[in-house]
Amino acid sequence: MIALSDYLILGAILFAISVAGIFINRKNVIVLLMCVELMLLAVNINFVAFSHFLGDSAGQVFVFFILTVAAAEAAIGLAILVVLFRSKRTINVEDMDVLKG
Amino acid sequence: MQFDSTQLIPALPEIFLLTLACVVLVVDLFIRDEQRIVSYAISQVGLILTLVITILVSQPGTQILFDGSYIRDPMSDLLKAGILLITFLAFLYAKDYLRERGLFKGEFYTLGLFAVLGMLIMTSANSFLTIYLGLELLALCLYALVAFNKDSTQGAEAAMKYFVLGALASGMLLYGISMIYGATGTLRFDELAQLVTKGDLNRLVMVFGIVFLVIGLAFKLGAVPFHMWVPDVYHGAPTPVTLFLGSAPKIAAFALAMRLLVDGLADLHGGWEGWQGMLIILAILSMAIGNLIAIAQTNIKRMLAYSTISHVGFILLGILAGTKEGYTAAMFYTLVYALMSAGGFGIVIALSRKGFEAENLDDYKGLNQRSPWFAGMMLLLMFSMAGVPPTVGFFAKLFVLDAVVSVELTWLALVGVFFSIIGAFYYIRIIKLMYFDQPIDETPLTVGMDTRLVLSLNGLAMLFLGLFPAGLLSLCSSAIGS
Repeated sequence: MIALSDYLILGAILFAISVAGIFINRKNVIVLLMCVELMLLAVNINFVAFSHFLGDSAGQVFVFFILTVAAAEAAIGLAILVVLFRSKRTINVEDMDVLKG
Repeated sequence: MQFDSTQLIPALPEIFLLTLACVVLVVDLFIRDEQRIVSYAISQVGLILTLVITILVSQPGTQILFDGSYIRDPMSDLLKAGILLITFLAFLYAKDYLRERGLFKGEFYTLGLFAVLGMLIMTSANSFLTIYLGLELLALCLYALVAFNKDSTQGAEAAMKYFVLGALASGMLLYGISMIYGATGTLRFDELAQLVTKGDLNRLVMVFGIVFLVIGLAFKLGAVPFHMWVPDVYHGAPTPVTLFLGSAPKIAAFALAMRLLVDGLADLHGGWEGWQGMLIILAILSMAIGNLIAIAQTNIKRMLAYSTISHVGFILLGILAGTKEGYTAAMFYTLVYALMSAGGFGIVIALSRKGFEAENLDDYKGLNQRSPWFAGMMLLLMFSMAGVPPTVGFFAKLFVLDAVVSVELTWLALVGVFFSIIGAFYYIRIIKLMYFDQPIDETPLTVGMDTRLVLSLNGLAMLFLGLFPAGLLSLCSSAIGS
């Protein structure tokens, strides 16, 4: 039997990987988008695990909403990426340095 | 449960606004480019009608509907009215700017109206699910608006930064929500508050959840150390979008903080596991970093961005007091700040013209000789931001400090006063540039009649509310209730 804590640890590890990915990554903006998606999925694991062990379905409903919002977010993110690539001709994170101060 | 259509009445402002946004979206498809003013007119009239509906459905007491997902109470009524009014100002100031630059498109209004819908949902949320959906609706519209000028490299870069950090904030917030859901088994704020009062929850999981919740909240508010996106986004976005995202969403962010921390977790306020300590750190850092770095800026949009960060520190001071007076003061501060910020960026827009953005501080040199009236309005707005009596900014700061002193955090009030004195320097520097320096650029200002009128009212409101702060204060006080 897999305990609740195992799910939570898996969720925490995935969450930590995604946050680390956002901060460490210096190469590619698409990897940032992937990290954002991974972060939301880590939260989903938490919700599903809690929902199962509490015997309450609200958590699973929440997961459906998160999935929907994540899809919309990916759409907007990619759209911004296209605009960025059109004007800069690169999607390298280090080249995003016009704004600073 | 029996469905009854009268249950929908408290949610009428949202329903009307949703319909309005869809109507603007469709109507805009069928009109020619030179008739875009129609989309603008529909949006503005619609915003006013939504405001009227909000006032009509308001009443004392709270109503909870949709199985506890939605709440209408005096606080939501007042904040919604504030959001709608500020958006009206933002659209009005934006019109001429967008027109001159070929950005006068229906998308601006559709995205803006959906963002307003997100804000209204946030102010009326009574469960984690509703508040998350409202927040995302607002955020997604704002990401798109920041990249609104497709030819601008700055805009695209700002939008990308805003998107990544905004999504990170949502992720943090959600992780916190999942922990609190795990510890309590409920998503509703009223049930959560009861469970917290009863005690017997897993303290460790709750504290873990609250930490992530506060981090997410600080990202959205733009409090230090989660403020990195604020200056870049304010600088990179087109000025009308900066105006919009720097004013109305602050009111929504205040509502977010109130709903999450006060409606849901009020009893976890003090003590080592409480949120008061976390907010104290955020508030001190925001006031310090915001005011100090603003001094070094030469771009007025960046300067106002850092000034926003310091004002957020003050709003947090009011919330962390944890008393009715504190919440009232924070609400007063938020509403006043939104109005100040709209006016300040309104002046920046008024001074810009086709091919010229009045972004640098040097562009304000000798404004008094070019247009004494606008210089006067900017003077009132800057004095108000600095907190100089008799403008309203002084009273906003006074009420917050008073609330903090009354919960025996006098040292914190002193820190607040110290940093607002440092902050006064960069506001007064603008006044010095306007009145005592020679203008570099002698081009006369071309500002439309409507903008001129509303901007004047906006500036004079700073003085009027400062002379008679009691009206707005009693509104805020009755909105917070017991």
